[in-house]
Amino acid sequence: MTTSAETTARARDLLGVSRLTNRSLTSWLHALPGVDQVGCDSRAAGLRTRSIKTDSKRWAIDLAISMIDLTTLEGADTAGKVRGLATRALVPDPSDPSTPSPAAVCVYGDMVAVARETLGDSDIKVAAVATAFPSGRASLKVKLADTKEAVAAGADEIDMVIDRGAFLAGDYLTVFNQIAAVKEACIRADGSAARLKVIMETGELVTYDNVRRASWLSMLAGGDFIKTSTGKINPAATLPVTLIMLEAVRDWRDEFDEQIGVKPAGGIRTSKEAISFLVAVSEVAGEDWLTNEWFRFGASSLLNDLILQRQRMALGVYSGSDYIADDAPSAY
Amino acid sequence: MPTFEYAPAPESRAVVTIEDSYGLFIGGEWTPGHGTPFATINPATGEHLSTVAEATTDDVDAAVRAARTAYTRVWSRMSGTDRGKYLFRIARIMQERARELAVLETIDNGKPIKETRDFDVPTAAAHFFYHAGWADKLEYAGLGSDIRPHGVVGQIIPWNFPLLMLAWKIAPALAAGNTVVLKPAETTPLAAMLFAEICQQADLPPGVVNIVTGAGATGQSIVDHPGIDKIAFTGSTAVGKMIARSIAGTEKKATLELGGKAANIIFDDAPIDQAVEGIVGGIFFNQGQVCCAGSRLLVQENIVDDVVRRLKRRLETLRLGDPLDKNTDVGAINSAEQLARITELTEAGVAEGAERWDTGCPLPKNGFWFRPTLFTGVSQSHRIAQEEIFGPVLSVLTFRTPGEAVAKANNTPYGLSAGVWTEKGSRILWIADQLRAGVVWANTFNQFDPTSPFGGYKESGYGREGGRQGLAAYVRSGGVA
Repeated sequence: MTTSAETTARARDLLGVSRLTNRSLTSWLHALPGVDQVGCDSRAAGLRTRSIKTDSKRWAIDLAISMIDLTTLEGADTAGKVRGLATRALVPDPSDPSTPSPAAVCVYGDMVAVARETLGDSDIKVAAVATAFPSGRASLKVKLADTKEAVAAGADEIDMVIDRGAFLAGDYLTVFNQIAAVKEACIRADGSAARLKVIMETGELVTYDNVRRASWLSMLAGGDFIKTSTGKINPAATLPVTLIMLEAVRDWRDEFDEQIGVKPAGGIRTSKEAISFLVAVSEVAGEDWLTNEWFRFGASSLLNDLILQRQRMALGVYSGSDYIADDAPSAY
Repeated sequence: MPTFEYAPAPESRAVVTIEDSYGLFIGGEWTPGHGTPFATINPATGEHLSTVAEATTDDVDAAVRAARTAYTRVWSRMSGTDRGKYLFRIARIMQERARELAVLETIDNGKPIKETRDFDVPTAAAHFFYHAGWADKLEYAGLGSDIRPHGVVGQIIPWNFPLLMLAWKIAPALAAGNTVVLKPAETTPLAAMLFAEICQQADLPPGVVNIVTGAGATGQSIVDHPGIDKIAFTGSTAVGKMIARSIAGTEKKATLELGGKAANIIFDDAPIDQAVEGIVGGIFFNQGQVCCAGSRLLVQENIVDDVVRRLKRRLETLRLGDPLDKNTDVGAINSAEQLARITELTEAGVAEGAERWDTGCPLPKNGFWFRPTLFTGVSQSHRIAQEEIFGPVLSVLTFRTPGEAVAKANNTPYGLSAGVWTEKGSRILWIADQLRAGVVWANTFNQFDPTSPFGGYKESGYGREGGRQGLAAYVRSGGVA
């Protein structure tokens, strides 16, 4: 558990300043090395050419399934849909009980209780988006209330959004203070705390330099995970952006001996794509991140394709979507 | 602890057929050579691949005569539009047979399939496409008026990019209306043999392209042949000097693309993660057997520890092994002779007091292999900072100011290429102006394009290849446009 005051004190210590000001944050963030977009894109393209076959593919598919935050974030969500999604997490493939479960079910705050009830005492976590998701355009008071309600309802993890407006305006201190305050709001009555994922909405930050700065700012402010996107904005989780975040958590651990997780979310729909991300995790951040404690996929339809590929590898033939039990098909 | 082991993902070699033996490709036909046939092997395994004819002086003479006949009777009389059609056809066949070419190149050269598949073959085809477009537009290339080809061109290419160097040589020569006698390197003749088949498949008129195989003596016969109008050579500076001496006082023209000892300059405001990628691509691409390889890393002294730490971490993720495996990053050294040279120079580096580091990765038992290697604490006066190693060996030097970086970068007999890494645009322009190198890459390295001229200063040779400048080397002009 970490209070906002403790987070600020730690940040002062890491920056080596007596008072945390917007100026000190700016100096620190702007001193990070730049990211060359062409070079970053070409490195990501290179990682995509890795050819993952047979045993390593089988292993990677199971790992990817276990890393999914199975997500539904729609205005049209109902208790029925959330129950279906949670049941799917418990039994991802009824035709093969050896299929691993996703890491978590990710829902809006008002659906936490429903998800929690369906998941019972399984290891699958409930993650809730909070802080006026997806825009984040609300007062801090509202954001904190949103967070506290979700935590009280039994959320194991909170996915918050940063104030992109403040970030783009150069008001890093506001972004920092809000993350730190939400971190404090994650503390439960018994003193334990929900893990905090910080959504930077990289599609709105646009430049890779901004992604790197937002990553470091989110880690400094106490994020347990840095997350690309809400899934409501395009582009969402691209490989180059995830690459920059993986470099950030790798360098952060080198510097401060603390491990932070990474969650690309939105737009990852195929097994092949997911495996490219795992290759990036392995070759950029390192194997320590190849577990669902430190890496997650925010996705809904990805699970279907992973199951399809998993069945294909077991049976030697493709089944088809009629053989994938899907509890959360699109309603449209 | 989880481990992400990549299962073997080898490209099938069934796609390519290698004959037991190859003759010489003269006048559109395969003819036996009169020298002593020699073997070509797979450097990754030591496996015997094929036996190739050695062209004697008489054989070279037959090839030059075939080229002369084709020049006077067919190629020089053909319209540019028609020459372009043949070049487009060759380019398309190269694309259609890309996988075959890539696998063959990997087997004969030792370079990883991901490089032949994603770089060598597509870039070679691109050179044919690009020059095919020039064939009917030579008068508008700004090369002067009354554009005429030289006639018969003798071309001698190295073993590091057998197909791509062939394309760099043959495509502009043919586009400009010359006919050629080309000699591939003795350790990597097979890509040229397959290219000869492609010429037949494209119905290229007999004698326009002639390919003779052999070692130095065959090359010398080409250089000395009185029927050759122009020599184009890519290879070592020592051989380049011999060629220049041989043709001195004759009418022969020459372009020489020789060795290099490129500086890759990293300023403290560089995009570090991408710079590390650029350093790796600069020196470990094609096992460092690249004339323009970024073999001297010049790092601003205030960030050298950080850069070296990141570089070592990155090198440990490089996968060395079977070149046909799609996940292999570092393949085999091309020959025992080259491996011996790399070994000798790295030992000299240690003896001179530089600190050696390598990844310690296991090496395959057969074939020729060398681990990606880094030298720190290197001084300008060390042999590993002066001589071209032509292998996966990087020498790390430091500088304090931009002026010192330029001075050290230029302090070499070579001047082929250089790289500069900084987020400051004005500094890129300033330093590109100061560097005595034919190519300067900014925030990248080892980028090639048919439209961009490539060539050296000083002992890196003269003449350019690619672009309009490269085309200029294959024509004579009557006056200034």
